[in-house]
Amino acid sequence: MYFSGNGAVEQSLRIDKLTKRYAVKDAAGPIVALDAISLTVGKGEFIAILGPSGCGKSTLLHIIAGLVSADGSVVAHGKTVAGPGFDRGLVFQDYALFPWRTVLENVAFGLEIKKVPANAREPIAREHIAAVGLAGFEHRYPSQLSGGMKQRAAIARALAYDPEVLLMDEPFAALDAQCREILQGELLRIWEKTGKTVVFVTHSIEEAVFLAQRVVVMTARPGRIKQVVDIDLPAGRAAGDVRSSPQFAALRHLIWELLAEEVDKTAEGFLARPAPEARTRRSLFGLLSAAVSREGG
Amino acid sequence: MRALALRFLVVAVLVGAWELLPRAAIVNANFLTPASVVADSLWRQIASGEIDRHVLVSLERILYGLGLSVIIGVPLGLATGSFKTFDGAVDAPLQAGRQVSAIALFPVFILFFGIGEMSKVMIILWASVWPVILNTTAGVKGIDPILIRSARSMNAKGVTLFRKVILPAAAPSIFTGIRLGAAYAFMVLVAAEMIGANAGLGFLVLHSQEIFKIPEMYAAIVALALLGLAFNKLLLLIEHSATAWRDAAGH
Repeated sequence: MYFSGNGAVEQSLRIDKLTKRYAVKDAAGPIVALDAISLTVGKGEFIAILGPSGCGKSTLLHIIAGLVSADGSVVAHGKTVAGPGFDRGLVFQDYALFPWRTVLENVAFGLEIKKVPANAREPIAREHIAAVGLAGFEHRYPSQLSGGMKQRAAIARALAYDPEVLLMDEPFAALDAQCREILQGELLRIWEKTGKTVVFVTHSIEEAVFLAQRVVVMTARPGRIKQVVDIDLPAGRAAGDVRSSPQFAALRHLIWELLAEEVDKTAEGFLARPAPEARTRRSLFGLLSAAVSREGG
Repeated sequence: MRALALRFLVVAVLVGAWELLPRAAIVNANFLTPASVVADSLWRQIASGEIDRHVLVSLERILYGLGLSVIIGVPLGLATGSFKTFDGAVDAPLQAGRQVSAIALFPVFILFFGIGEMSKVMIILWASVWPVILNTTAGVKGIDPILIRSARSMNAKGVTLFRKVILPAAAPSIFTGIRLGAAYAFMVLVAAEMIGANAGLGFLVLHSQEIFKIPEMYAAIVALALLGLAFNKLLLLIEHSATAWRDAAGH
Protein backbone atom coordinates (compact mmCIF):
# COMPACT_ATOMS: atom_id res chain seq x y z
CA MET A 1 0.00 0.00 0.00
CA TYR A 2 2.95 2.30 0.53
CA PHE A 3 3.58 4.61 -2.36
CA SER A 4 7.15 5.21 -3.38
CA GLY A 5 6.50 7.98 -5.86
CA ASN A 6 8.22 6.23 -8.75
CA GLY A 7 5.00 5.37 -10.55
CA ALA A 8 5.30 1.63 -9.89
CA VAL A 9 2.06 1.74 -7.92
CA GLU A 10 -1.23 2.35 -9.73
CA GLN A 11 -2.14 6.00 -9.89
CA SER A 12 -5.28 7.37 -8.34
CA LEU A 13 -4.83 11.07 -9.06
CA ARG A 14 -2.47 12.89 -11.32
CA ILE A 15 -2.42 16.63 -10.87
CA ASP A 16 -0.51 18.47 -13.53
CA LYS A 17 0.54 22.15 -13.42
CA LEU A 18 -2.65 23.24 -11.71
CA THR A 19 -2.95 27.02 -11.55
CA LYS A 20 -5.86 28.96 -10.15
CA ARG A 21 -6.24 32.71 -10.57
CA TYR A 22 -9.01 34.79 -9.07
CA ALA A 23 -10.07 38.10 -10.54
CA VAL A 24 -10.40 40.47 -7.60
CA LYS A 25 -11.99 43.90 -7.70
CA ASP A 26 -9.65 46.81 -6.97
CA ALA A 27 -6.61 44.59 -7.46
CA ALA A 28 -4.08 45.33 -10.17
CA GLY A 29 -4.22 41.84 -11.58
CA PRO A 30 -5.73 38.47 -10.77
CA ILE A 31 -4.71 36.87 -7.49
CA VAL A 32 -2.83 33.64 -7.97
CA ALA A 33 -4.22 31.16 -5.45
CA LEU A 34 -2.45 28.07 -6.76
CA ASP A 35 0.68 28.15 -8.87
CA ALA A 36 1.63 25.16 -11.01
CA ILE A 37 0.79 22.40 -8.57
CA SER A 38 1.88 18.99 -9.79
CA LEU A 39 1.33 15.92 -7.67
CA THR A 40 0.68 12.25 -8.14
CA VAL A 41 -1.28 10.23 -5.63
CA GLY A 42 -1.08 6.46 -5.66
CA LYS A 43 -4.07 4.17 -5.33
CA GLY A 44 -4.83 3.55 -1.67
CA GLU A 45 -2.43 6.22 -0.52
CA PHE A 46 -3.18 8.59 2.34
CA ILE A 47 -1.74 12.03 1.73
CA ALA A 48 -2.13 15.18 3.76
CA ILE A 49 -1.97 18.66 2.33
CA LEU A 50 -0.64 21.08 4.90
CA GLY A 51 -0.23 24.80 4.59
CA PRO A 52 -0.81 28.20 6.14
CA SER A 53 -4.32 29.56 5.80
CA GLY A 54 -4.97 31.20 2.47
CA CYS A 55 -2.47 28.95 0.67
CA GLY A 56 -5.27 27.55 -1.47
CA LYS A 57 -5.25 24.03 -0.07
CA SER A 58 -9.04 23.90 0.17
CA THR A 59 -9.29 25.34 -3.34
CA LEU A 60 -6.98 22.57 -4.52
CA LEU A 61 -9.29 19.99 -2.97
CA HIS A 62 -12.37 21.56 -4.54
CA ILE A 63 -10.65 21.56 -7.93
CA ILE A 64 -9.93 17.83 -7.53
CA ALA A 65 -13.58 17.38 -6.54
CA GLY A 66 -14.60 19.07 -9.79
CA LEU A 67 -16.43 21.93 -8.07
CA VAL A 68 -13.96 24.62 -9.11
CA SER A 69 -12.29 24.97 -12.49
CA ALA A 70 -8.63 25.80 -12.96
CA ASP A 71 -5.86 25.83 -15.54
CA GLY A 72 -3.88 22.62 -15.80
CA SER A 73 -5.33 19.18 -15.42
CA VAL A 74 -6.47 16.67 -12.86
CA VAL A 75 -6.69 13.08 -13.99
CA ALA A 76 -8.63 10.82 -11.65
CA HIS A 77 -8.45 7.10 -12.37
CA GLY A 78 -7.47 7.63 -15.94
CA LYS A 79 -10.14 10.23 -16.71
CA THR A 80 -9.63 13.98 -16.86
CA VAL A 81 -11.76 15.71 -14.24
CA ALA A 82 -14.34 18.01 -15.84
CA GLY A 83 -16.81 18.12 -12.98
CA PRO A 84 -17.96 16.24 -9.89
CA GLY A 85 -18.13 12.47 -10.08
CA PHE A 86 -18.94 9.44 -7.98
CA ASP A 87 -15.28 8.38 -8.10
CA ARG A 88 -14.50 11.21 -5.66
CA GLY A 89 -16.19 11.84 -2.31
CA LEU A 90 -15.86 15.19 -0.55
CA VAL A 91 -16.07 15.73 3.21
CA PHE A 92 -16.39 19.30 4.50
CA GLN A 93 -15.21 20.93 7.71
CA ASP A 94 -18.77 22.10 8.46
CA TYR A 95 -20.23 18.63 7.75
CA ALA A 96 -22.65 20.06 5.14
CA LEU A 97 -25.33 17.56 6.14
CA PHE A 98 -28.85 18.30 4.89
CA PRO A 99 -30.76 19.40 8.01
CA TRP A 100 -34.10 18.17 6.65
CA ARG A 101 -32.81 14.65 6.20
CA THR A 102 -32.19 12.05 8.90
CA VAL A 103 -28.78 10.40 9.16
CA LEU A 104 -30.09 7.51 7.08
CA GLU A 105 -31.52 9.82 4.42
CA ASN A 106 -28.34 11.91 4.36
CA VAL A 107 -26.16 8.86 3.87
CA ALA A 108 -28.49 7.63 1.13
CA PHE A 109 -28.33 10.94 -0.77
CA GLY A 110 -25.45 10.01 -3.06
CA LEU A 111 -27.07 6.63 -3.69
CA GLU A 112 -30.27 8.36 -4.80
CA ILE A 113 -28.34 10.55 -7.22
CA LYS A 114 -26.40 7.49 -8.41
CA LYS A 115 -29.82 5.90 -9.11
CA VAL A 116 -29.26 2.91 -6.84
CA PRO A 117 -32.68 1.17 -6.58
CA ALA A 118 -34.68 2.32 -3.55
CA ASN A 119 -34.72 -1.07 -1.82
CA ALA A 120 -30.95 -1.44 -2.13
CA ARG A 121 -30.20 2.01 -0.69
CA GLU A 122 -31.18 1.41 2.92
CA PRO A 123 -28.99 -1.64 3.58
CA ILE A 124 -25.99 0.11 2.00
CA ALA A 125 -26.61 3.27 4.02
CA ARG A 126 -27.07 1.30 7.24
CA GLU A 127 -23.85 -0.60 6.64
CA HIS A 128 -21.87 2.64 6.30
CA ILE A 129 -23.60 4.22 9.28
CA ALA A 130 -22.58 1.20 11.36
CA ALA A 131 -19.03 1.41 9.98
CA VAL A 132 -18.61 4.94 11.36
CA GLY A 133 -20.11 3.91 14.71
CA LEU A 134 -23.49 5.62 14.32
CA ALA A 135 -25.70 2.53 14.47
CA GLY A 136 -28.84 3.41 16.40
CA PHE A 137 -28.80 7.02 15.24
CA GLU A 138 -30.20 6.38 11.75
CA HIS A 139 -33.36 8.34 12.36
CA ARG A 140 -31.82 11.33 14.10
CA TYR A 141 -31.70 14.68 12.36
CA PRO A 142 -28.30 16.44 12.14
CA SER A 143 -29.49 19.04 14.67
CA GLN A 144 -29.80 16.22 17.20
CA LEU A 145 -26.18 15.12 16.82
CA SER A 146 -22.91 16.36 18.32
CA GLY A 147 -20.20 17.76 16.04
CA GLY A 148 -18.28 14.49 16.07
CA MET A 149 -21.39 12.49 15.22
CA LYS A 150 -22.23 14.88 12.40
CA GLN A 151 -18.78 14.40 10.91
CA ARG A 152 -19.14 10.62 11.25
CA ALA A 153 -22.42 10.87 9.34
CA ALA A 154 -20.78 13.05 6.68
CA ILE A 155 -17.95 10.52 6.26
CA ALA A 156 -20.51 7.71 5.96
CA ARG A 157 -22.36 9.76 3.34
CA ALA A 158 -19.19 10.23 1.28
CA LEU A 159 -18.26 6.54 1.58
CA ALA A 160 -21.75 5.20 0.84
CA TYR A 161 -21.60 5.67 -2.93
CA ASP A 162 -18.20 4.00 -2.93
CA PRO A 163 -15.85 6.64 -4.35
CA GLU A 164 -12.27 5.66 -5.01
CA VAL A 165 -10.88 8.80 -3.43
CA LEU A 166 -11.98 10.47 -0.24
CA LEU A 167 -11.26 14.21 -0.34
CA MET A 168 -11.37 15.69 3.16
CA ASP A 169 -11.34 19.44 3.76
CA GLU A 170 -10.16 20.01 7.34
CA PRO A 171 -12.84 17.59 8.52
CA PHE A 172 -11.85 17.58 12.19
CA ALA A 173 -10.87 21.24 12.60
CA ALA A 174 -14.13 22.21 14.28
CA LEU A 175 -14.06 19.36 16.81
CA ASP A 176 -12.62 19.37 20.31
CA ALA A 177 -9.21 17.77 20.82
CA GLN A 178 -10.46 14.50 22.28
CA CYS A 179 -13.11 13.99 19.64
CA ARG A 180 -10.56 14.83 16.96
CA GLU A 181 -8.13 12.14 18.16
CA ILE A 182 -10.87 9.52 18.27
CA LEU A 183 -12.03 10.35 14.77
CA GLN A 184 -8.45 10.39 13.46
CA GLY A 185 -8.03 6.84 14.77
CA GLU A 186 -11.35 5.79 13.24
CA LEU A 187 -10.47 7.33 9.92
CA LEU A 188 -7.23 5.34 9.81
CA ARG A 189 -9.16 2.21 10.66
CA ILE A 190 -11.67 2.88 7.86
CA TRP A 191 -8.87 3.70 5.45
CA GLU A 192 -7.00 0.49 6.26
CA LYS A 193 -10.20 -1.51 5.89
CA THR A 194 -11.49 0.03 2.67
CA GLY A 195 -8.21 0.80 0.93
CA LYS A 196 -9.56 4.12 -0.32
CA THR A 197 -7.21 6.82 -1.49
CA VAL A 198 -7.43 9.76 0.93
CA VAL A 199 -6.46 13.37 0.28
CA PHE A 200 -6.69 15.14 3.62
CA VAL A 201 -6.37 18.92 3.90
CA THR A 202 -5.39 20.22 7.32
CA HIS A 203 -3.53 23.02 9.03
CA SER A 204 -2.49 20.81 11.93
CA ILE A 205 1.03 19.38 11.68
CA GLU A 206 0.28 16.70 14.25
CA GLU A 207 -2.78 15.58 12.37
CA ALA A 208 -0.92 15.42 9.06
CA VAL A 209 2.00 13.45 10.52
CA PHE A 210 -0.28 11.11 12.42
CA LEU A 211 -2.58 10.31 9.51
CA ALA A 212 -0.68 10.53 6.29
CA GLN A 213 1.92 8.50 4.44
CA ARG A 214 3.09 11.64 2.72
CA VAL A 215 2.66 15.23 3.79
CA VAL A 216 2.52 17.86 1.07
CA VAL A 217 3.69 21.14 2.60
CA MET A 218 2.45 24.18 0.71
CA THR A 219 3.78 27.71 0.55
CA ALA A 220 1.84 30.82 1.45
CA ARG A 221 0.05 32.59 -1.39
CA PRO A 222 0.57 31.87 -4.18
CA GLY A 223 0.14 28.24 -3.15
CA ARG A 224 2.96 26.09 -4.40
CA ILE A 225 4.25 22.75 -3.21
CA LYS A 226 7.17 23.54 -0.94
CA GLN A 227 8.14 20.01 -0.10
CA VAL A 228 6.66 16.55 0.07
CA VAL A 229 7.66 14.74 3.25
CA ASP A 230 7.51 10.95 3.46
CA ILE A 231 6.14 9.77 6.77
CA ASP A 232 7.82 6.45 7.46
CA LEU A 233 6.30 5.69 10.82
CA PRO A 234 5.76 2.06 11.87
CA ALA A 235 2.72 0.29 10.50
CA GLY A 236 -0.42 -0.20 12.54
CA ARG A 237 -0.22 3.36 13.72
CA ALA A 238 -3.85 3.44 14.66
CA ALA A 239 -3.16 1.13 17.59
CA GLY A 240 0.00 2.35 19.30
CA ASP A 241 0.91 5.64 20.91
CA VAL A 242 2.83 6.75 17.87
CA ARG A 243 2.47 10.41 18.76
CA SER A 244 4.96 9.98 21.63
CA SER A 245 7.67 8.31 19.56
CA PRO A 246 10.92 10.14 18.74
CA GLN A 247 10.32 9.61 14.99
CA PHE A 248 7.01 11.39 15.27
CA ALA A 249 8.62 14.30 17.08
CA ALA A 250 11.39 14.51 14.49
CA LEU A 251 8.93 14.58 11.58
CA ARG A 252 6.77 17.13 13.31
CA HIS A 253 9.78 19.33 13.89
CA LEU A 254 10.92 19.02 10.27
CA ILE A 255 7.53 20.04 8.96
CA TRP A 256 7.22 22.72 11.61
CA GLU A 257 10.38 24.36 10.30
CA LEU A 258 9.12 24.20 6.73
CA LEU A 259 5.81 25.68 7.69
CA ALA A 260 7.13 28.35 10.05
CA GLU A 261 8.76 30.20 7.16
CA GLU A 262 5.47 30.25 5.35
CA VAL A 263 3.44 31.36 8.33
CA ASP A 264 5.85 34.28 8.75
CA LYS A 265 5.04 35.38 5.23
CA THR A 266 1.34 35.47 5.91
CA ALA A 267 1.72 36.94 9.39
CA GLU A 268 3.27 40.11 7.94
CA GLY A 269 4.82 42.83 10.07
CA PHE A 270 2.63 43.04 13.15
CA LEU A 271 3.11 39.43 14.11
CA ALA A 272 6.89 39.29 14.24
CA ARG A 273 8.52 35.94 14.51
CA PRO A 274 9.72 35.32 18.06
CA ALA A 275 13.41 34.90 18.88
CA PRO A 276 14.65 31.35 18.17
CA GLU A 277 14.87 30.31 21.83
CA ALA A 278 11.31 31.50 22.45
CA ARG A 279 9.97 29.57 19.51
CA THR A 280 7.82 26.86 20.97
CA ARG A 281 5.18 24.82 19.28
CA ARG A 282 2.63 27.01 20.94
CA SER A 283 3.96 30.13 19.29
CA LEU A 284 3.59 28.54 15.89
CA PHE A 285 0.05 27.56 16.62
CA GLY A 286 -0.54 31.07 17.90
CA LEU A 287 0.66 32.42 14.59
CA LEU A 288 -1.35 29.87 12.70
CA SER A 289 -4.51 30.64 14.54
CA ALA A 290 -3.91 34.37 14.19
CA ALA A 291 -3.52 33.84 10.47
CA VAL A 292 -6.63 31.69 10.45
CA SER A 293 -8.75 34.24 12.26
CA ARG A 294 -7.38 37.07 10.17
CA GLU A 295 -8.15 35.44 6.89
CA GLY A 296 -11.25 33.63 7.98
CA GLY A 297 -9.75 30.20 7.37
CA MET B 1 -49.36 28.68 33.58
CA ARG B 2 -49.37 32.34 34.59
CA ALA B 3 -48.89 33.33 30.97
CA LEU B 4 -51.95 31.30 30.05
CA ALA B 5 -53.99 32.92 32.82
CA LEU B 6 -52.90 36.35 31.64
CA ARG B 7 -53.91 35.58 28.07
CA PHE B 8 -57.29 34.41 29.25
CA LEU B 9 -57.68 37.55 31.35
CA VAL B 10 -56.96 39.87 28.42
CA VAL B 11 -59.54 38.11 26.24
CA ALA B 12 -62.09 38.17 29.09
CA VAL B 13 -61.62 41.93 29.60
CA LEU B 14 -62.03 42.67 25.89
CA VAL B 15 -65.12 40.49 25.49
CA GLY B 16 -66.48 41.90 28.76
CA ALA B 17 -66.10 45.46 27.48
CA TRP B 18 -67.78 44.47 24.22
CA GLU B 19 -70.67 43.08 26.22
CA LEU B 20 -70.98 45.85 28.80
CA LEU B 21 -70.40 49.03 26.77
CA PRO B 22 -73.60 48.67 24.69
CA ARG B 23 -75.56 47.21 27.63
CA ALA B 24 -74.66 50.15 29.85
CA ALA B 25 -75.65 52.43 26.96
CA ILE B 26 -72.17 53.97 26.88
CA VAL B 27 -72.13 52.97 23.21
CA ASN B 28 -75.30 52.94 21.11
CA ALA B 29 -76.46 49.28 21.12
CA ASN B 30 -77.89 49.78 17.63
CA PHE B 31 -74.34 50.29 16.38
CA LEU B 32 -72.48 47.86 18.62
CA THR B 33 -74.31 44.65 19.37
CA PRO B 34 -73.31 43.06 22.71
CA ALA B 35 -70.98 40.08 22.39
CA SER B 36 -73.52 37.58 23.68
CA VAL B 37 -76.10 38.65 21.09
CA VAL B 38 -73.50 38.36 18.31
CA ALA B 39 -72.51 34.90 19.55
CA ASP B 40 -76.16 33.89 19.63
CA SER B 41 -76.73 35.19 16.10
CA LEU B 42 -73.64 33.39 14.81
CA TRP B 43 -74.69 30.19 16.52
CA ARG B 44 -78.20 30.37 15.02
CA GLN B 45 -76.78 30.93 11.53
CA ILE B 46 -74.41 27.99 11.95
CA ALA B 47 -77.12 25.73 13.37
CA SER B 48 -79.59 26.59 10.61
CA GLY B 49 -76.88 26.14 7.95
CA GLU B 50 -77.57 29.64 6.61
CA ILE B 51 -73.94 30.63 6.88
CA ASP B 52 -72.56 27.50 5.18
CA ARG B 53 -73.12 28.84 1.68
CA HIS B 54 -71.22 32.06 2.48
CA VAL B 55 -68.33 30.25 4.18
CA LEU B 56 -67.97 27.79 1.31
CA VAL B 57 -68.07 30.49 -1.37
CA SER B 58 -65.44 32.57 0.47
CA LEU B 59 -63.24 29.56 1.09
CA GLU B 60 -63.44 28.55 -2.56
CA ARG B 61 -62.29 32.00 -3.68
CA ILE B 62 -59.40 31.89 -1.19
CA LEU B 63 -58.36 28.42 -2.32
CA TYR B 64 -58.38 29.34 -6.01
CA GLY B 65 -56.63 32.67 -5.47
CA LEU B 66 -54.02 31.40 -3.02
CA GLY B 67 -53.59 28.16 -4.97
CA LEU B 68 -52.73 30.14 -8.10
CA SER B 69 -50.38 32.30 -6.02
CA VAL B 70 -48.47 29.21 -4.93
CA ILE B 71 -48.43 27.73 -8.44
CA ILE B 72 -47.13 30.99 -9.91
CA GLY B 73 -45.19 32.44 -6.98
CA VAL B 74 -43.10 29.45 -5.86
CA PRO B 75 -41.53 28.63 -9.28
CA LEU B 76 -41.02 32.35 -9.94
CA GLY B 77 -39.39 32.82 -6.55
CA LEU B 78 -37.20 29.74 -7.07
CA ALA B 79 -36.07 31.19 -10.38
CA THR B 80 -35.36 34.69 -9.05
CA GLY B 81 -33.56 33.21 -6.07
CA SER B 82 -31.41 30.89 -8.17
CA PHE B 83 -30.55 32.89 -11.28
CA LYS B 84 -28.95 36.28 -10.78
CA THR B 85 -29.58 37.43 -14.34
CA PHE B 86 -33.25 36.52 -14.16
CA ASP B 87 -33.54 38.19 -10.76
CA GLY B 88 -32.01 41.38 -12.15
CA ALA B 89 -34.29 41.31 -15.18
CA VAL B 90 -37.57 40.93 -13.29
CA ASP B 91 -36.69 42.84 -10.13
CA ALA B 92 -38.10 46.20 -11.27
CA PRO B 93 -41.54 44.92 -12.34
CA LEU B 94 -41.76 42.78 -9.19
CA GLN B 95 -40.93 45.69 -6.91
CA ALA B 96 -43.40 47.92 -8.75
CA GLY B 97 -46.09 45.25 -8.86
CA ARG B 98 -46.13 44.62 -5.14
CA GLN B 99 -46.62 48.33 -4.52
CA VAL B 100 -49.82 48.38 -6.58
CA SER B 101 -52.75 47.82 -4.26
CA ALA B 102 -54.92 44.87 -5.22
CA ILE B 103 -58.00 46.93 -4.34
CA ALA B 104 -56.91 49.68 -6.75
CA LEU B 105 -56.73 47.05 -9.48
CA PHE B 106 -60.20 45.67 -8.79
CA PRO B 107 -61.90 47.98 -11.34
CA VAL B 108 -59.32 46.84 -13.90
CA PHE B 109 -60.02 43.18 -13.16
CA ILE B 110 -63.78 43.83 -13.45
CA LEU B 111 -63.15 45.51 -16.80
CA PHE B 112 -61.30 42.46 -18.07
CA PHE B 113 -63.02 39.59 -16.32
CA GLY B 114 -66.46 40.96 -15.53
CA ILE B 115 -68.06 41.00 -12.11
CA GLY B 116 -68.08 37.19 -11.65
CA GLU B 117 -65.74 34.81 -9.84
CA MET B 118 -62.76 35.41 -12.10
CA SER B 119 -62.18 39.00 -11.03
CA LYS B 120 -62.44 37.98 -7.35
CA VAL B 121 -59.92 35.20 -7.76
CA MET B 122 -57.63 37.60 -9.61
CA ILE B 123 -57.69 40.22 -6.87
CA ILE B 124 -56.88 37.55 -4.27
CA LEU B 125 -54.11 36.25 -6.51
CA TRP B 126 -52.67 39.74 -6.90
CA ALA B 127 -52.70 40.39 -3.18
CA SER B 128 -51.25 37.05 -2.09
CA VAL B 129 -48.68 36.30 -4.78
CA TRP B 130 -46.12 38.93 -3.69
CA PRO B 131 -45.24 37.55 -0.27
CA VAL B 132 -45.03 34.06 -1.82
CA ILE B 133 -42.57 35.25 -4.49
CA LEU B 134 -40.51 37.39 -2.14
CA ASN B 135 -40.22 34.81 0.63
CA THR B 136 -39.39 32.03 -1.82
CA THR B 137 -36.67 34.22 -3.34
CA ALA B 138 -35.29 35.07 0.09
CA GLY B 139 -35.47 31.40 1.09
CA VAL B 140 -33.41 30.32 -1.90
CA LYS B 141 -30.91 33.13 -1.51
CA GLY B 142 -30.50 32.23 2.16
CA ILE B 143 -29.52 28.60 1.51
CA ASP B 144 -26.11 27.80 2.94
CA PRO B 145 -23.93 27.54 -0.21
CA ILE B 146 -22.05 24.64 1.36
CA LEU B 147 -25.20 22.51 1.07
CA ILE B 148 -25.31 23.18 -2.66
CA ARG B 149 -21.60 22.45 -2.97
CA SER B 150 -22.03 19.26 -0.99
CA ALA B 151 -24.91 18.11 -3.20
CA ARG B 152 -22.97 19.03 -6.34
CA SER B 153 -19.97 17.03 -5.12
CA MET B 154 -22.34 14.05 -5.13
CA ASN B 155 -23.22 14.75 -8.75
CA ALA B 156 -26.61 16.35 -8.06
CA LYS B 157 -27.53 18.90 -10.72
CA GLY B 158 -30.41 20.51 -12.57
CA VAL B 159 -33.91 19.47 -11.60
CA THR B 160 -32.63 16.94 -9.06
CA LEU B 161 -30.67 19.64 -7.26
CA PHE B 162 -33.81 21.79 -7.18
CA ARG B 163 -36.08 19.04 -5.96
CA LYS B 164 -33.78 17.43 -3.43
CA VAL B 165 -31.87 20.41 -2.06
CA ILE B 166 -33.10 23.87 -3.03
CA LEU B 167 -36.80 23.21 -2.48
CA PRO B 168 -36.51 21.52 0.95
CA ALA B 169 -33.90 24.02 2.10
CA ALA B 170 -36.13 26.95 1.15
CA ALA B 171 -39.33 25.26 2.37
CA PRO B 172 -39.58 27.02 5.77
CA SER B 173 -39.34 30.41 4.08
CA ILE B 174 -41.79 29.40 1.34
CA PHE B 175 -44.34 28.37 3.96
CA THR B 176 -43.95 31.71 5.74
CA GLY B 177 -44.68 33.40 2.40
CA ILE B 178 -47.80 31.29 1.86
CA ARG B 179 -49.14 32.11 5.33
CA LEU B 180 -48.52 35.82 4.77
CA GLY B 181 -50.20 35.50 1.39
CA ALA B 182 -53.21 33.86 3.03
CA ALA B 183 -53.55 36.77 5.46
CA TYR B 184 -53.54 39.25 2.55
CA ALA B 185 -55.98 37.01 0.66
CA PHE B 186 -58.51 37.23 3.47
CA MET B 187 -58.17 41.02 3.60
CA VAL B 188 -58.93 41.58 -0.06
CA LEU B 189 -61.54 38.82 -0.14
CA VAL B 190 -63.86 40.98 1.94
CA ALA B 191 -63.39 43.98 -0.36
CA ALA B 192 -63.96 41.81 -3.44
CA GLU B 193 -67.12 40.34 -1.99
CA MET B 194 -68.53 43.75 -1.21
CA ILE B 195 -68.68 44.55 -4.92
CA GLY B 196 -70.93 42.56 -7.18
CA ALA B 197 -71.32 39.44 -5.09
CA ASN B 198 -74.44 37.69 -3.84
CA ALA B 199 -72.68 35.25 -1.53
CA GLY B 200 -69.61 35.06 0.69
CA LEU B 201 -68.82 36.36 4.15
CA GLY B 202 -67.79 39.78 2.83
CA PHE B 203 -71.12 40.04 1.06
CA LEU B 204 -72.88 38.97 4.27
CA VAL B 205 -71.18 41.75 6.26
CA LEU B 206 -72.21 44.50 3.84
CA HIS B 207 -75.65 43.05 3.08
CA SER B 208 -76.51 42.67 6.79
CA GLN B 209 -75.52 46.28 7.37
CA GLU B 210 -77.64 47.46 4.42
CA ILE B 211 -80.77 45.73 5.72
CA PHE B 212 -79.82 46.83 9.21
CA LYS B 213 -79.34 43.34 10.67
CA ILE B 214 -76.48 44.56 12.87
CA PRO B 215 -76.08 41.36 14.99
CA GLU B 216 -75.80 39.36 11.73
CA MET B 217 -73.22 41.85 10.44
CA TYR B 218 -71.06 41.38 13.54
CA ALA B 219 -71.61 37.62 13.36
CA ALA B 220 -70.27 37.62 9.78
CA ILE B 221 -67.25 39.69 10.86
CA VAL B 222 -66.52 37.23 13.67
CA ALA B 223 -67.00 34.33 11.25
CA LEU B 224 -64.42 35.92 8.92
CA ALA B 225 -61.93 36.24 11.75
CA LEU B 226 -62.52 32.64 12.86
CA LEU B 227 -62.19 31.36 9.29
CA GLY B 228 -58.92 33.26 8.88
CA LEU B 229 -57.58 31.84 12.14
CA ALA B 230 -58.63 28.31 11.22
CA PHE B 231 -57.05 28.64 7.79
CA ASN B 232 -53.78 29.86 9.28
CA LYS B 233 -53.84 26.96 11.72
CA LEU B 234 -54.37 24.53 8.85
CA LEU B 235 -51.43 26.01 6.97
CA LEU B 236 -49.30 25.75 10.12
CA LEU B 237 -50.23 22.07 10.44
CA ILE B 238 -49.23 21.41 6.83
CA GLU B 239 -46.03 23.37 7.37
CA HIS B 240 -45.11 21.40 10.50
CA SER B 241 -45.69 18.05 8.86
CA ALA B 242 -43.68 19.12 5.81
CA THR B 243 -40.77 20.51 7.83
CA ALA B 244 -40.88 18.12 10.79
CA TRP B 245 -37.07 18.23 10.96
CA ARG B 246 -37.26 21.73 12.40
CA ASP B 247 -39.24 20.55 15.40
CA ALA B 248 -36.52 17.97 16.02
CA ALA B 249 -34.07 20.83 16.42
CA GLY B 250 -36.28 22.42 19.03
CA HIS B 251 -37.15 25.48 16.95
